[in-house]
Amino acid sequence: MRIVVTAKYVPDINTERGFSEGRVVRTAGEGTLNELDENAIEAALRLVEAEREAGRLGAGEGEVVVVTMAGPDGDVALRKAFQLGVDRGIRVSDDALAGSDYFGTAAVLAAAVRKLGEQAPVDLVVTGMAALDGLGSVVPTLLGAELGLPTLNLAKKVELADGVLTITREIDDVTESLTAPLPAVLSVTDGANQPRFPGFKLIMAARSKEIEVWSPADLGFDPAVAGAAGARTETLSAAPRPARPEVELVTDKGEGGVALADFLIRNDLV
Amino acid sequence: MTNRTVLVLLDPATEVRTSTLELLTIARALGRVEAVALEAPTVEVLAQLGAYGVETVHQAEPARAGSCVSGDELHLPAVVAAALAAAVRLTDADVVLLPTSFAAKEAAALAAHDLGAGLVIDASAVRDVDGRVVAGKRVFAGSWDTECAVTSDVAVVTVRANSAVAQPAPAAVEPVTEGYAVEVAASPVTLLSRTVKADTSGRPPLDQAAVVVAGGRGTDGDFGPVEDLADALGAAVGASRDAAFEGWWDSYVGQTGVTVAPRVYIGAGISGAPHHRGGMQASQVIVAVNSDPEAPIFEICDFAVVGQLADVLPQAAAEIRKRKG
Repeated sequence: MRIVVTAKYVPDINTERGFSEGRVVRTAGEGTLNELDENAIEAALRLVEAEREAGRLGAGEGEVVVVTMAGPDGDVALRKAFQLGVDRGIRVSDDALAGSDYFGTAAVLAAAVRKLGEQAPVDLVVTGMAALDGLGSVVPTLLGAELGLPTLNLAKKVELADGVLTITREIDDVTESLTAPLPAVLSVTDGANQPRFPGFKLIMAARSKEIEVWSPADLGFDPAVAGAAGARTETLSAAPRPARPEVELVTDKGEGGVALADFLIRNDLV
Repeated sequence: MTNRTVLVLLDPATEVRTSTLELLTIARALGRVEAVALEAPTVEVLAQLGAYGVETVHQAEPARAGSCVSGDELHLPAVVAAALAAAVRLTDADVVLLPTSFAAKEAAALAAHDLGAGLVIDASAVRDVDGRVVAGKRVFAGSWDTECAVTSDVAVVTVRANSAVAQPAPAAVEPVTEGYAVEVAASPVTLLSRTVKADTSGRPPLDQAAVVVAGGRGTDGDFGPVEDLADALGAAVGASRDAAFEGWWDSYVGQTGVTVAPRVYIGAGISGAPHHRGGMQASQVIVAVNSDPEAPIFEICDFAVVGQLADVLPQAAAEIRKRKG
């Protein structure tokens, strides 16, 4: 069982986020592993662990590889992934990849998965449900399309038996159960599992663990397909919203509900 | 006005949701509007589409390896995407508009991949600027406005609900339904089951409602006061992620749940963690009720009550019912 997890280095949602020249500002020290990718890592680790427990894998067998497309600051995300227990971390980097749209991102990640597949077969690609900066949720779908693999998205429950993946998902008031044979692409929601806390030994080991850096050339990939040059959208403007007016605050001393109703009615909101 | 053709997805075709009417309104400002459906629209649906200026409904007749795709499979994103891509090729359309549901995003991505089209997810505005399709987005929990132009020939855009006020066309037309063949690629993905949650509440859907009342941890699991105020306002009910994971309510507002941008959002017993704010901060008016005067949600709201929601909400509901008759 060999699993690739794609991960993204994103601005921490607890910090002030913004744009500069049409690109997301990624300040070193304020970026982090996309929280939703922790669910993907957890799902991958559990699948490998389950195979080991069932005796289908030996103690040293099975691998979880994390791939990210980022500049050197993105190593923070890979270190975090190491802390959770993944075996390998790869960063695909090139200045020409900056400004990639959804398709460029998916094409780069797909090229990395194919390269890993040349080293040894990849059984499964797992992703989080979205990146918390862009919130598009479409890269998993596009990754599946690029790789020509069946894609099961937004799983809340994941089962693997005899090389067949079955998921249950609850989206938009619809509950669906879908199944596909491996190899496949799987995205999991934040309801799929509770990511583990890093252990002390893994935290220590993560500091010095090797991060492999691949260039588009290493992947046999034409960087012009991705990056700003290959993007099918062009950012024209990005501006912070004006601050909201001062809050009107009422402390309830028995009339708080009436005050709330009054606010809605006098502003013609009812 | 340009001579663009704009396709709007109609899924399901048995009802026209408010979000679809908003899409049709936005589409009319971009060009000639046609709809794409995967099943036969009802007479009522056709009348509504006509009122919004839709002249043609393209009804997909999808088949996989010679056999008809039907039933639940018609809603699979891969099938919807194949129908959209085929419709674009058939009509030489320039723009495809879809709502921003998870299923529609998946279909939009697959269709755009197939067509080599530019893709914008969760736009809050789509307009023509000097012949280019320009989409506006509100990002980073509603704190930044961005605009991007689609640079490819075809634009596929998912639009969030409440991005426009639905406006019928100046003159109604009689839509014509035309069938067209769609070849769906063989897929190793099998749909085992699909269940649509029956909604018997009589409330508007959370993702499309003009008013939303949401409950969080502060409800302690009792959503009675939240539902009471929602019903006085004709609002939808939502929850925070915590409350939903506790099993207190089904659907939650947040960046991984339902993103809402209603006229009025009322959060009760919700502290306003970044996760939640990412799903509601684009709301026009934000009201919060919380017993903790330090709750972060108070920093982003227009009106706030520090107090017990079990006291405040029923009193507000009663007052609204009294004053609105």
